[in-house]
Parts: sequence; structure tokens; C-alpha cells
Amino acid sequence: MAMDTSGFVPKGNLNADSEALLRGGRTQTVKRVLSFLKNHMGKVIISLLLAVVSVAATLLVPIFIGRAIDTIGQPQSIVRPLLIAVVCALIVGISQYAMNLINNSITYGTVKDIRNEAIKKIEHLPLSYIDTNPQGDIVSRIVADADQFAEGLLLGFTQAFTGILTIIVTLALMLSMNVIITVVVVFVTPLSIFIARFISKRTYSMFKKQSVERGSMTALIDEMTGNEKVVKAFSKEREVLERFDDINSSLSTSSLNAVFFSSLTNPSTRFVNAICYALVALCGAMFCIGYPSSLADIVSVQTIGTLTVFLSYANQYTKPFNEISSVISELQNALACAARVFEILDEECEAESEDAKELSDCSGKVEVSDVDFSYSSDRELIKDLNISVKSGQRVAIVGPTGCGKTTIINLLMRFYDVDKGCISVDGNDIRSCTRTSLRRSYGMVLQDTWLRHGTIMENLRMGKSDATDDEIINAAKETHAHGFIRRLERGYDTVIGEDGEGLSQGQKQLLCITRVMLNIPPMLILDEATSSIDTRTEMKIQSAFEKLMKGRTSFIVAHRLGTIRNADIILVMKDGRIIEQGDHDTLIKAGGFYKKLYDSGKVDGKEAEDGDTNERAG
Amino acid sequence: MKRLIHYLDNYKKECVLAPLFKMLEAIFELTVPLVIAYMIDNGIRQGKSEVIVRSFGILVVLAAVGLCVSCTAQFFAAKAATGFSKELRHDLFKHILSFDFSQIDQYGTSALITRQTADVNILQNGVNMFLRLFLRSPFIVAGAMIMAFTIDVKSAMIFVLVIVALSIAVTLIMRSNIPLLKSAQKKLDEVLCLVRENLSGARVIRAFTLEDEQTGEFEDTNEGLTALQLRAGKVSGLLNPLTYVIVNLAIVLLIYTGNIQVESGTLTTGQVVALYNYMSQILLELIKFANLIVTLNRSFASAIRVNEIFDVRPTMSQGEGTSSIPDDNGNSAVEFKDVSLKYHESSDEAISNISFAIPKGSTLGIIGGTGSGKTSVASLIPRFYDATSGTVLVGGIDVRDIEVTALRDHVSVVMQKSVLFEGTIRDNLKWGNENATDEELLEAADLAVCRKVIEEKGGLDAKVEAGGKNFSGGQRQRLSIARVLAKKPKVLILDDSASALDYMTDKKLRANIASLSYDPTVIIIAQRTISVSDCDNILVLDDGEMAGFGKHRELLATCDVYKEIYSSQYGDEEEVTA
Repeated sequence: MAMDTSGFVPKGNLNADSEALLRGGRTQTVKRVLSFLKNHMGKVIISLLLAVVSVAATLLVPIFIGRAIDTIGQPQSIVRPLLIAVVCALIVGISQYAMNLINNSITYGTVKDIRNEAIKKIEHLPLSYIDTNPQGDIVSRIVADADQFAEGLLLGFTQAFTGILTIIVTLALMLSMNVIITVVVVFVTPLSIFIARFISKRTYSMFKKQSVERGSMTALIDEMTGNEKVVKAFSKEREVLERFDDINSSLSTSSLNAVFFSSLTNPSTRFVNAICYALVALCGAMFCIGYPSSLADIVSVQTIGTLTVFLSYANQYTKPFNEISSVISELQNALACAARVFEILDEECEAESEDAKELSDCSGKVEVSDVDFSYSSDRELIKDLNISVKSGQRVAIVGPTGCGKTTIINLLMRFYDVDKGCISVDGNDIRSCTRTSLRRSYGMVLQDTWLRHGTIMENLRMGKSDATDDEIINAAKETHAHGFIRRLERGYDTVIGEDGEGLSQGQKQLLCITRVMLNIPPMLILDEATSSIDTRTEMKIQSAFEKLMKGRTSFIVAHRLGTIRNADIILVMKDGRIIEQGDHDTLIKAGGFYKKLYDSGKVDGKEAEDGDTNERAG
Repeated sequence: MKRLIHYLDNYKKECVLAPLFKMLEAIFELTVPLVIAYMIDNGIRQGKSEVIVRSFGILVVLAAVGLCVSCTAQFFAAKAATGFSKELRHDLFKHILSFDFSQIDQYGTSALITRQTADVNILQNGVNMFLRLFLRSPFIVAGAMIMAFTIDVKSAMIFVLVIVALSIAVTLIMRSNIPLLKSAQKKLDEVLCLVRENLSGARVIRAFTLEDEQTGEFEDTNEGLTALQLRAGKVSGLLNPLTYVIVNLAIVLLIYTGNIQVESGTLTTGQVVALYNYMSQILLELIKFANLIVTLNRSFASAIRVNEIFDVRPTMSQGEGTSSIPDDNGNSAVEFKDVSLKYHESSDEAISNISFAIPKGSTLGIIGGTGSGKTSVASLIPRFYDATSGTVLVGGIDVRDIEVTALRDHVSVVMQKSVLFEGTIRDNLKWGNENATDEELLEAADLAVCRKVIEEKGGLDAKVEAGGKNFSGGQRQRLSIARVLAKKPKVLILDDSASALDYMTDKKLRANIASLSYDPTVIIIAQRTISVSDCDNILVLDDGEMAGFGKHRELLATCDVYKEIYSSQYGDEEEVTA
């Protein structure tokens, strides 16, 4: 959005905010998560039950296989234990598949619910939220974080649940078979976690170095590819490539370190597991031959079958242990994502008072009295603003960049509420009217044109949902948009990309003007509506504009003399205040700031006094 | 992928050694069940504790050697992968630097940047995983089968059956899943696009009170996404349970037939256990292998995208011709002979049949509405694009016969969008002339009316942030003019590059440029007649065609387009003498 506000709004440190929120409100977040799962509670319970069934069956399979192995070469029938093993394996397969399906439906269902709620939120959030939060950040919360949250949390949760269940049941089963071996397994396995921790701590600094260097690499690529035309205009390709190579080789070195040392985790934990396996084999085998005899009393007689059970358990038991650290970080990550998503969902919407009335058939009398307004409390912007506009008057707002022109429009449309004072339309305080009815009373064309992804026809129809094709084409003819639309490959059915991709800025502005032409409300706001249209076309569409503004109260932000001179009231703004007010002749006679602007030939006052404003600060 | 493989040429040793060591590790892992079988048959069955202890020793040694071997493999894999990405990145960057302007336009900078960053990273990861796992998993699967054959051919047939069944299952699931995942990804992009649209259009949506419609559209798309994800999940969710069931059924079969063979004396119990262990190993490896395929799929997609970039061949010849452009007054400084330009084969001409010539040291103004082709005319002079038809001459020579660097040294453009680079002000100004002294730089700054700006920011050593973000638009414009002036070009083109300057500064700048001591040919592109009215010649463009060429006064009298532009800026009644 074209906003004069960028400098007035402090950009919060979003990461720090959400981290703080996470620390302070982890239980809060978990509660909110559970509330989202409420719709799926039945499925969650079934999923947990299936997890229990599948874990139990998974652990029973080796036991019956072990029994079968023990009957090898024995007279008993081997068919029975094997059949039970088959049944168990089938149960595992079926319950796992059912669990997958149910988990998917919970996960994707929850993400869907969250996104739907988020989009509703976006349509009703105060614009201050949308203006002050980077768009990319909000998008990534709704798209990426919502995914991460649902997948990480639900899958992490089931993984943790089955993991812990597996550990407990395995332990119980092992204990029932052999205490000593169990003790060995219990003491050796956690070693792998310590090793994984140790390695990840050591590699952290390497990853950090890698990401710093990757960052400067990306910055260079961004700068040089983004401005490649300048690079080529100065024939600087060779120098740029040399700089690139410098960064590239140090990135490569740090990358090698990070990749190599982090990839030591798997071999190391595998080593611990192998040692554990060997120890189990040693103890198990020793017990099989009744050794050491002193322990024979407390340990039941060991068979080869139970040894194989132990060996396969040793593998199964270590698996959840190895996974647990990644599951924990996944859960933490998911919770952080959840907190970020909830930050949006928990934002206050624009509140509508209950007795708000519908504004209808308004005549366009607008009264701004004693208004104070600022985007942030530490920097006041508009102070004691008074404007009185009679029905049908034309108001031009001029002044240097950043003086608060767009702010007035924000207040008129009630995109923001005033801090003090009141704005009224036809004698009604606009805060006592519904926002919808107020906004319907205005037609708006902004400098920054917004078009949605869709055909030209669809975009124009936004102005009037029941407009016929002929109505639309006639409006386009009036605004001289018809000519270029017709020349497009598919005419009015041409699909325009996101944000009007494929059209020039001027063409987009023509479409926006046409959109308003279709259904002209009693009041108009034109914020640099023709800034990208060349002066000749602008002259051609003058008649359309005259029709647009005829008999309607209109607020115009513009920099072209023709438009401004004919206004009934010219508001000259500087630093958030109206410093001069009156019609063209009066203001020229007065010989003040307006005259200075006018003489400079550029009434938008771009740096009228060599006011080199720092772009980030103003 | 195949075409990128030569980036591993310098790492042949690593590429052979990494999988080799992985294979060694796999061999050691495959030995374990044999040791256990030996332990059972010769230790437990015979009641020999020393055999058991020895077996234990072997297991520990196998584990330790396995650790060393696999760490070595990881090192070689990491080295090859990072080296691969380093060389790939270098070539890619270099290749993109060789693009001509129309190719940059065609691909768009954001896509070009993603190719060099995200896609290269994905490829690096792909190479790393490939070297580490791609041989290991099949080797263990095949190895387990071979081991099974060495133990007992009859039982080994079960392995063959299982491996065939599993391969079919995995392939079928993957094959039907990949298109589903692709369409889900596409739907997700739509959702993302809608979210962005609703944010950027918040004001318009509210102004037209379209909140409910927008919500409805989003919910429909979102519903579609969920449906696709669920469908994909139904297929991919089958993978793990199915492999589990198949492998366990095989184990049961193995033990059943094993039992019969033990009874007939052709197998020992230990060998049956070993077969059982091999089967379990296959299950574990297959799961890893399936995950690897997902990673590799992403890498393939990246490789295709990177190759698309490599496929782009600069269409513009680099101008093998002369590097010296004659400076005598006999030739016109710039001449267009019936020049037309199309940016794409299919699109309309951006400029058509432009012909004019200007003498050395003169000034030319170019004026016209938006999209009338002003910048296109200017871009042809330093040969940012090649004319589709006609000839552009600089100093009397066809630009295609001049070495590109020499041409761009001779002709300098200050572009519409003024760009500064990260570094100091001095670094930036030196882009124009590497050997310039501080005095020369400051002199150029004086001419561009930005001496004051430099002093305010703290001199030539003041820091410039990426994109020149710590400078205002007007400051950036003047610094980028100074940058070009430091170069003292013979032909100077200012493409609407004073748009952010106020009237006084603009006027001063024009006066400075008019009085440059080395008397360059100056071409000024402007929106407003006031900026060009002083020029020796003015070229008026309308919709890509020449609408007039001459002096201000002449054009006012003869050229309707020029008159219209003039009066739209000043009003009919007002006679401004510029």
C-alpha cells in the first residue's frame, strides 16, 4: 500500500516478541492448541487407541517369532506361534494405516480450520496491523507456520506417544524376561542421546558461521543479480565475479565443516547401538549356557528364542531413544509456530458498536473537527485538524511527501480511528455508523493499484457485482481503458496475474478508475489516481473524471496543476497540519507555502525545499 | 542431473571413496548376523563361553571399525557435495552475469536469485545424501540377499520374492503419489497467493466491502487443498504398514521352511536366526531408501530448474570488432537508421522505424507518454538490446561492430531506477572510474550537485547500505549521476534520472551538464517539456513511433503530440517561457 505512514510506525522486533510470548505463555499456547483439537477429539482418542494397539502388536511379533525359533527342532508345533505372529503383523499393518489416515484428517483438518479463521481475521483486522506488520511475515505465519504447527505438533505428538509407549512396554517385557540384560540396555542406550547432544552443541558454531556466510552470499547475489543491468552498464562483470568467488570459497569451507561434523551424529549413535547389541548378545548367550551360575537363581533359564527377542528389542528400544531429541525439537518448533499463528488469530478485530447505524443516501457533507491522530504515541502527526466540506465540494490535498495526506484518507474511510475529536458525515459521527456502510459511501482510487488474480471482467465487476457485460464495457470506454483491453490477447477475459502482473502501472490505474465508474457512491477519494497515466491520456479521460466528480463530494490527492486548481478547497499540509486552506486564487495571493510549491512547478512538493528525506525515516 | 554431474569432476576421488567406505560399513553390518549365528551354533549350542566372549569381541571390533569407516565416508561425501555446490554456484553466477538485458527481463531477478541460492543448496544436500545413502541402501538389500544365498539357496528365494514385492509396492506408491503431491503443491501456491492478495488489497477489499466474498473464495481453495492432501495421504500412508506386513510375512515363511530344514538337518538354528536378522535389516534400509528418494526428487526438480538457466545462451554477440571509436567531428555521435525493436518474438514493436542523427557535443531531449518507447531508444545506444531491424551507429560505427566494453565505456547511462551498492560512497563512485582520485570524485559530485549530500553523510568513506537504503531517492539519483560523470563519457544518457529532484536542483544539474569541459554528447529523457526545451534537438515519441524531431519552438508549431504534452503540463492559457 502506498502509505505515508512507514516512518511513523515503529517496527516491532517480531522475533523477540514471539519468543517472549512463547516463554511466558507456553501453557497458554498448549491450551489454545487443545481448543483447536476439540472438533477432532473423537479422532484423537481413536488415534491414540490405535497407537496402543499397534505398539503392543509390534512388540508381540518378535516374542512369537522367538517362540517359534525355540520350537525349531522340537516336537511342538511351530504353526501356532507363527500364525499368532502373522495375525499380530496384520494388526500392526491395519492399525498403522488407519492411524495414518486419521492423523492426516486431524492434521489437515486443523490446518484448514486455522487458515479459514486466519483469513476471516485478516478481513477484519484493523489496518494498522496490516500496515505495520511485514506482509511476508503474515503470509508465512498463515501458510508455513500453520503447516509446521499442525504437522509438527500432531506427528510429533503421536511419535512421542508411540515412542514412550514403546520404551515402557519394551522395558516391561524385557524385565519380565531378564533383569540383568534389561539393566544393560537401560544404561547403555541413553549414551547415544548424550553423544548426539555433544555433537550438536559442537556443530552449532559451525552452522552459525555457515549461515552468516550464506547470508552474505545471498546478499551479494541479491544485490548483483537484482541490479545486473547496472553491473553490465559499467562492465563490472569481472570485478563482481571476483568478489563472488571470495565469498564462495569461504562459504564452501564453512559449509564443509558444518555438513561433515553434523553428519557424525548418525555413525556415532549407530556405534552406541552396536555396542548395546553386542552386550545384549554377550549377556544373553552367557545366560543361555547357564553362566554365571551364581545368578542362575534370579534369572530364568534363557533360550535362543528369548535371545533373538532381546536382540530385536535392543534395536526397537534404541530407535525411539535416537528419535526423541529430534521429536523434542520438532515439538518445540511446532509450539513456536503455533504461538506465531495464534498471535494473528488473537489480534483484536475492528470492533463495531452494537447500535451502529447504517449510513444510507448520504449527501456528502463532511465535517472534521478538532481531530488529533498519530500512528504511534511517541510521534504526533495530526493535531487539531478542522475541515468543513459541503455536499458536492471538491477538496484537493497538497503538500510534501510524508505530510499526512494519505493519513487523512485513512481517517475518512475509517481505516484508522481518530485519537481525539470527531469526523462526521451528514452530521453522523462516523464511529456511530457501520464501517461497511461508511465505506460503501465512498468510491476510491488509490495510487497503488490493487487488482486481484482473475480476469479483467472479474476485476471490474468488483465495483458492482451485478453489472452486465455491456455496462462494464461502456464504463471502460468512458475511461479509455477499452482500447488497451481490446488489444490484449483475450480481451476482457484476459487473466491478470497476482497484483496485476502483466499490465503497466498506468493500465492498472485505468482499470481501477473504471471499477469505480461502474457504481459511483456519493463521495469520492482519489489518491494520486492518475499518477502513472501520461498527461495526454489523462487529458482524454478528463471527461470521465468530470462525470465521476459531478455533484459528489470528492477528496483528491494530486500533484497536477489542472486537477488542483479547480478544487473548491485546497488543503495545504505540512508536517501533519493544515497550514493553508482556501481556493487557488486566494492561496496564490496569500503568497505562502502553496505559492512556493506552485512556482516550483511540482505541487506534490517532492523535496520542494531540498528536503532530502531519508527513506526509512520518513 | 546428468548435465550437472561434471561439477564433481574435481572430486572424483571423493565420489568413489565415499560410497566405497559406505559399502565397507555395510559389509561390516552384514557380518553381524553371521557372528550371532556363529555365537548360537558354536557358543550356546556347544556351551562354550570362550566362543561367546570371542564373538562379543568381534562384534565390538566390527562396531568400532564401522564407526571409523562411516566417519571417513561422511567426510568424503561432505567434501564432494560442498565442492560441487561451490563450482556450480560459481558457474551459475558467471553465466547469469553474461545474460543480456532481454534475458534478465525474461527470467526475472527473483527467479534468478532463487536458482543461485535455494536450488543450489537443495542440490548440495541431494549430492551429499546420494553419496551417503544411495549405494548403501541397495547394497545392504542386495548384500542381505547374497548372504542369504550363501546360507541357504532355498530360503534365499524368499528374499528374492520379498525384494521384488517391495520394489513393486514402493514404485507403485511413489509413482501414484508424486503427481498428487505436485497438484497439492500447486494448490498450496494458490492459497499463498490468495493470502498475499487479501493482505495487499486490504484497503480495496474493505472499500468495496468484499470481505465475505474473499473469505468464501479462500475457503473453497483451502478446502480443495485439504482434499488433495488427504488423497495423497491415503496413498503415501500405505508405504510403511505395507512394507512392514510384507517383511513380517516373509519372516514367518522363512522360519516355517527353516524349521523343516533344521529337522532334515540341512540348516542350523543359528542360520535361521541369521536369515531372520537379514530380513529385519532389509526392512530398516528400505524405509531409509524411500526417504532418500523423496530428497532426490526435490533435487531433480532443482536440477531441472538450474539447467533451464544454463540452457539460456546469450543471443547477443559480444562484438568482436573495434575497441576504438573515432572521435573526429566528421561523424554524428549517435545515429539511428530505420530502427525497430521487439522485446519478444510475439509482442508488438516497442519502437518502430526510428531514424535520426545528432552531431557530437550536442544535446538531445527525448519526450513522450508512458510506454512511448523513450527508454527503449536509449537502451539501444549502449547496446543493452539489439535492434530487431535497422542500424544504430555510435561515432559512425554500427554498435554491433564495437567491442561491448569499449562501447559501454564510451556511452554511459544513468538509469531510471538509481541503484547504489553496499560499500562506501567512494566505492560506489569508483564504479565509474577505478583510477579516479578523491579530487576527481568530488569534482564529479559537485557537478551532480551532491557534494553537500556526501559531506552530510560523513565524506567519501560514509557507508552505503545494500540498495542504498540509507539514502533518499533524490540523493541516490544524484550519486548515480556523479558515478557516471566520474567516468567522463563521450555520450551521456540521463534516463528520467532527475525525477526525484526539486526544480532548483534539477535546473542547476542541467546547467552543470551543459557546461561540462569535455563536451560530451548528452541525451536527456524526460516526462516534462521543461526538462528538454533547452536541447539542441528533441525527439518526440508517441506509441513507439517518431512524432517529431526538432527544436522546442519548431515542435510547438508543428508537432501536435508535443503541443499536447506541453499544454497538459502548463494549461493552454499559460505561456511559459522556459
